[in-house]
Amino acid sequence: MFGPIFTKPLTSKNNKTGSWRTTQKPKFLQKNCIACKMCVLICPEGCIEGEQKNTYHCDYDYCKGCGLCVEVCPKQDIIMVEESQNL
Amino acid sequence: MPKQILFACGHTACAGCGQAIAARLVIETAGTNTMVVNNTGCLEVFSTKYPESSWGVPWIHSLFENAAAVASGIEAALKYLGKEDIQIITQAGDGGTADIGLQALSGMWERGHNILSICYDNEAYMNTGVQRSGLTPFDSDTATTPYGKQSFGNPTLKKPVPEIALAHIIPYVATASVGFPQDLQRKVKKALSIKGPKYLQIHVPCPLGWRHTPNLTYKVARLAIETGLYPLIEYENGALSSVRKIKPLPVEEYLKLQGRFKHILNSPEQIKKIQEIANNNIKRYNLLIQEETPSSSI
Amino acid sequence: MREFLEGSQAIARAVALCRAGVVAAYPITPQTHIPEGLSEMVANKEISAQIVNVESEHSAASVVLGAAATGVRAYTATSSQGLLLMSEVLFNIAGLRLPVVLTCANRAVSAPINIWNDQQDSISLRDSGWIQLYAENIQEAVDLHIIAYRVAEEKNVMLPAMVCVDGYTLTHGWEAVNLPEQQAVDKFLPPYNPLYKLDINNPLTLGFLADSDYYMETRFAIQKSHQEALKALLEIFQEFNKYFSRDYQNGLIETYRTQDAEKVIVAMGSVCGTIKDAVDVLRKKGKKVGLLKIITFRPFPAEEIYGALKKVSKVAVLDKALSLGGQAPLYSEIRSVFFGKKSAPKFIRSFVAGLGGRDITLDSIINIFNKLSLKETKEEFLDLKPELLQEKL
Repeated sequence: MFGPIFTKPLTSKNNKTGSWRTTQKPKFLQKNCIACKMCVLICPEGCIEGEQKNTYHCDYDYCKGCGLCVEVCPKQDIIMVEESQNL
Repeated sequence: MPKQILFACGHTACAGCGQAIAARLVIETAGTNTMVVNNTGCLEVFSTKYPESSWGVPWIHSLFENAAAVASGIEAALKYLGKEDIQIITQAGDGGTADIGLQALSGMWERGHNILSICYDNEAYMNTGVQRSGLTPFDSDTATTPYGKQSFGNPTLKKPVPEIALAHIIPYVATASVGFPQDLQRKVKKALSIKGPKYLQIHVPCPLGWRHTPNLTYKVARLAIETGLYPLIEYENGALSSVRKIKPLPVEEYLKLQGRFKHILNSPEQIKKIQEIANNNIKRYNLLIQEETPSSSI
Repeated sequence: MREFLEGSQAIARAVALCRAGVVAAYPITPQTHIPEGLSEMVANKEISAQIVNVESEHSAASVVLGAAATGVRAYTATSSQGLLLMSEVLFNIAGLRLPVVLTCANRAVSAPINIWNDQQDSISLRDSGWIQLYAENIQEAVDLHIIAYRVAEEKNVMLPAMVCVDGYTLTHGWEAVNLPEQQAVDKFLPPYNPLYKLDINNPLTLGFLADSDYYMETRFAIQKSHQEALKALLEIFQEFNKYFSRDYQNGLIETYRTQDAEKVIVAMGSVCGTIKDAVDVLRKKGKKVGLLKIITFRPFPAEEIYGALKKVSKVAVLDKALSLGGQAPLYSEIRSVFFGKKSAPKFIRSFVAGLGGRDITLDSIINIFNKLSLKETKEEFLDLKPELLQEKL
């Protein structure tokens, strides 16, 4: 007989950590982006995606609102806005 | 082509966690042909709380101090099966590396296993509530080295684990930082291309334990390097092969952003001692960017 | 094939026959000849195992954990302090349901330091979830290793197994042993094929964090699997007899002349050989005495013990270990078999002997049988030297 014995891969996706945000969330302006990918690299959740310039965005289901993407963007093309704002 | 996810969202790391950034970059660089052994610590706890796991590669956690030994067993088993091309990475915090995990690492290094050991250095036992470790820096306020009437915080210097690793004569030893993510990725790739034991110590700020806002993780990490307090170095076959040269900023720039050093900001004597640590690093590793001389401008 | 072998060498040969793929051990008296034997076999290309010469027992157990988790049959051996040092890993291995096999060359534990035989080390790990088998002689030691891998790797068991052999007596003694043929062992013990493992093609997470909502069921499952192991062992010992023509009765216990016995000693390990001799001596004199030998200590064969002793009026339990501050371990477990049962011995008495390698002689055993006639029921240490005791320093 076995109790819980192993976990299947990548199942943390079931945990929508976006619910952790309380006051602010990032807004990807997609205007002056140079596709340096710093936001992709720095996000602790790994929830930012994009390829060409001005295509970068995050997955709000998982974004915890830490604001690191805003800090690292060399073009200030990401800003923090009120959580309630419609994007 | 969509990149295969090897470290998924939904883990329960604090917002702004430096270790989460580093762990994801490490495994994304390593790729699918990798097995990971993790010691007990923040990373293990926040990435594998049953019934969920963030990992997209085979992953095992045993105890606090034995990842290096478990990995040695995996390596031996893969050798027995003729599958030696599979990469093996061990991961541990600073406590699980420098303190309780040092014996197993030392044995693994001495035996020469083909394993990359990563230390996520957030400079204290964070998962258990910010107690000091052998890698806690001088004057850091922690739960077991609190500042007080007769204390300025942690009284000792960081244990020089990269030097201990080098003393074992292993082919690759390096430090890295989440303040320099591309350099981190380069070092992981480089390490995995070398056969034998490899050690990579990654500086990862902890917003909770270091007491800064989550959005400062990147800046704080960079300042640690730019003040000379955390040298970015790389050794191959025992010889220093690269350092990140800096225009040193005064250590205060780094200290003032963190609550764990707040208590010494008004103490010029303590700041001087910490500046000395930075200066020693700068001297030792020749971290100063050379000024341009007239002859070199030709 | 019958050979005259040192116990350690015989055990090493048994492990080799089981095709262990990864061997990791740290030297400790009196286990050393076992990993030495295996190292020599590897050096001479007689077996293809990977030897990992670890820097402590904690790492030895961790190495075999990693190897078993990768799907390769693994082996380690230790004693005394080594077993205690790796104890945290042993609990971990059982919790991870990895069928590692370990030889415990039973030795007394520190302090004071003592290299001689008693069973304190393995008895202290009886809570760990490991299957525990105790060998009386070197032939048994050989056979129990093969049986250990077989039961450990049963799909409905998947628990690690410890083969306990009395240090020096069985590790350094010499005996004529029948070593099975490789072909027969291969048939009896198929290749290790775990239900889950570290596999690039199926990337699972092992050793997760389980909070209060998930932990308890893992322990319940191990308890249940020990029940399955009891059933499995009955079948496996039967099958072993078919393959190798050695009869261990039901394999969980062995009864020696207990059929009409009025007095029986219960014991584990090599002392059973001496007890059998004492039984024979007394039987010649018309005394109705017998031995109940426990082979499988974990899982604890309560039913079989009940059946063997329920009609015996006087029972002595010989412990070569203590649970300091409480009743001797084997004694307390044997006693608990009979609580609330209709049939039970008139009394069951505790004898502690052989600690730190103190010799248990034929006369000592005959003495136990004689003492079972008295009304005395207190725990007794055999052959204690009162001159070494002092009330005050």
